[in-house]
Amino acid sequence: MNGKKRNWTGVIAVSVAVALSLTACAPGSGSGPAASSGPVSKDVAGAGDVTLTVWDQNTDEGITDAQEKLNAEFSAKYPNVKIDRVTQSFADLKTTLKLALSGDNPPDVVQANQGYPDMGAFVQGGLIRSLNDYDGLYDWSSYYPESLLKINSFSADGKTWQGDNLYGISQTGEVVGIYYNKKILTQLGVEAPTSLDELEKDMAAAKAAGILPMAYGDIEKSPGIHLFGVVQAAIAGSDAVNKLVTGAGGAWTDDASVDAAKTIQDWSSKGYITEGANGVSRDDALAQFEAGQSAFYIVGTWKQAAISEAMGDDAGFTTLTPKDADSPVTTGGEGLAWAVTTGSKHPDVAAAYIDFINNADAAKTFIDENSLPSVIPADYTPKPGLETDVFDTYGKVTSSGGLVPYLDYSTPTFYDTLTSAVQQLTDKQVTPEAFTEILQKDYSGFIGSK
Amino acid sequence: MTVTTRLRSGETRTAGVAPGRTRRRRVDSLKAFLYVAPALAFSLIFLIVPTLQTAWYSLYDWNGLSAATWAGVQNYIDIVQDEQLRDSFMHVGVLVVFYSFLPIAIALLLTMVISRAHALRGMSFFRTVLFLPQVIASVVIATTWLAIYSPNGLLNTLLRAIGLDSLTHVWLGDFNTALVSVGFVGTWLNVGLCLVLFLSGVGNVQPELFEAARLDGASGLQEFFGITLPALRGQITVALTLTVVSSLKTFDLVYITTRGGPGNSTSVPAFEAYNRAFNSGQVGSAASVAVVLTIGILLITALIGRLQPKDTE
Repeated sequence: MNGKKRNWTGVIAVSVAVALSLTACAPGSGSGPAASSGPVSKDVAGAGDVTLTVWDQNTDEGITDAQEKLNAEFSAKYPNVKIDRVTQSFADLKTTLKLALSGDNPPDVVQANQGYPDMGAFVQGGLIRSLNDYDGLYDWSSYYPESLLKINSFSADGKTWQGDNLYGISQTGEVVGIYYNKKILTQLGVEAPTSLDELEKDMAAAKAAGILPMAYGDIEKSPGIHLFGVVQAAIAGSDAVNKLVTGAGGAWTDDASVDAAKTIQDWSSKGYITEGANGVSRDDALAQFEAGQSAFYIVGTWKQAAISEAMGDDAGFTTLTPKDADSPVTTGGEGLAWAVTTGSKHPDVAAAYIDFINNADAAKTFIDENSLPSVIPADYTPKPGLETDVFDTYGKVTSSGGLVPYLDYSTPTFYDTLTSAVQQLTDKQVTPEAFTEILQKDYSGFIGSK
Repeated sequence: MTVTTRLRSGETRTAGVAPGRTRRRRVDSLKAFLYVAPALAFSLIFLIVPTLQTAWYSLYDWNGLSAATWAGVQNYIDIVQDEQLRDSFMHVGVLVVFYSFLPIAIALLLTMVISRAHALRGMSFFRTVLFLPQVIASVVIATTWLAIYSPNGLLNTLLRAIGLDSLTHVWLGDFNTALVSVGFVGTWLNVGLCLVLFLSGVGNVQPELFEAARLDGASGLQEFFGITLPALRGQITVALTLTVVSSLKTFDLVYITTRGGPGNSTSVPAFEAYNRAFNSGQVGSAASVAVVLTIGILLITALIGRLQPKDTE
């Protein structure tokens, strides 16, 4: 018995020693390859046989076809480059990308979500490289408007969003707005809403006519960000929301946010949004809207292709203008940023690739697939119908500074905090005031630690 | 039993006296270690070292990418102070009732009925059906139940069909019913396991005992409490251990059906650990949750082990 005991102590002692020697220093220190600062070049053909591993989340209808097409064209142009595409849903990419990037064999090109939780953490960990040098070669700065470049920029230490270093470029433009069913609005005798008041009037009319005003499914939790974002933007205006999300000032407990929360809870009480939305999936709600069972549906322009295929000319798209503003303000920006990892052995090829899939020709490919490119070619006239609605709105909000960032960029944990709080708000588990306090608690903790 | 014990201690005594045999025993135990070595190396690399690493991470504030900062026991203090984390442990407490206590009670009831109806035709068919949930992958089960619980799913359709419209619910989306709904899936899942265990236990009881009881005029209930239940003590302990552990480490059902929602009403420690480590970049906090969960499981398993009757070793 005694001998047995001693052996076990030995085993434990050895394993503790092994574990400690493996983790002798704080976890994460010394990780992250040093950024190569060698000369950069546009030469791809001379790079020899290269396999470029690319992680993207372009899974939406239309967008994935455009991506396939662009990849094939790039390989045709440069036969020495083989593209190994790894594509997964946004949520899956968010979960796995951190591990992939911090491993020994990171992908060459990745789509990084903007804001502090993802891009900020990657920059801080030295996992994606600044593209300022390649910007010099490919002149992205003159192709993209300043506002879009800013969203993809961080300070070199990853602590300040919209800093001096460019870390990625984006293919698609994104506006979160309100899709509406033209048939239903005509039947109700109302116009497409352009302000919160009009939207509420239209919804009241739909409710009175026995039609579900707005299909909304939130079991996946993320649609809550868009619902709150659209309403908050229409009440608070672009300046206030921009400052809040970038950490430049303001609080979530400010009147505008409380009002937005009140509005949403009110919609829920009046039955303007799907009852029991927390148990309804996003896709089911969209299907309901597409089947003509609701007047409105809030989602981003990335669903343009799917909605236009399902509803054709019956679908319209609108955004809301705040009371004292003269142009619409809403959540949006651009698709995830295409970034080059510091661990990539072929940064020149990687940069040429992201230029190829983001440039003006690529923009046309996206338009062909019914998707909104981040920069609409100047000579392009959109097809009448939903595409005109979407493209015009995007043009309007980007030129007037009416785009406010996704709210989950605010802090590393804000996605969880906000999505679960919105679920509580729509189910009347919390008062609008308590809702904003939940958000503020997370926010002030992060701002205080910076 | 007592005979073997005496023999064992006798052996030890003689081994202590003869030095030649001690050396031989040492060589033997070295050989034994060689046999164990592959398994030991395996568990060192894949179990013990990672566990210790996790414990080490739990003392840091780390986002998984950049250098970590020392946090001491703050992550553990947060488990008590952070409402969300505290709630997740509460929720798992509720789940234990649904995953463990209810299935065992139901399975005992079924055992009582079934064991008296051995001659029932197609018995093995029913047994298979009841055990089926254990065989199906948990993702499939969760997806199936997601459909059953959906607003126009099987459950609500059934309720409407029998005129109970007022009881229809968005089961997984309602703060009041989500946790219970998830728990009930666990009940459904574990009844079969418990039943199969108990039936095999009843099968070991000598039929003469039942016969004697019946001759003495014992009722079905008396028979159950007098013979079946005591005979099943060992099986109940095993069932308790298996189901309690499975409830404490619940992850898949929650991940697929609710992702912890609505709000945080169905979040459980295993889900929090995953979500914090891989989504929200709070690796230290995730590790501390994992450590507390592991210790909790070990303690509870040890406590349940005490219920195990000593003579069935």
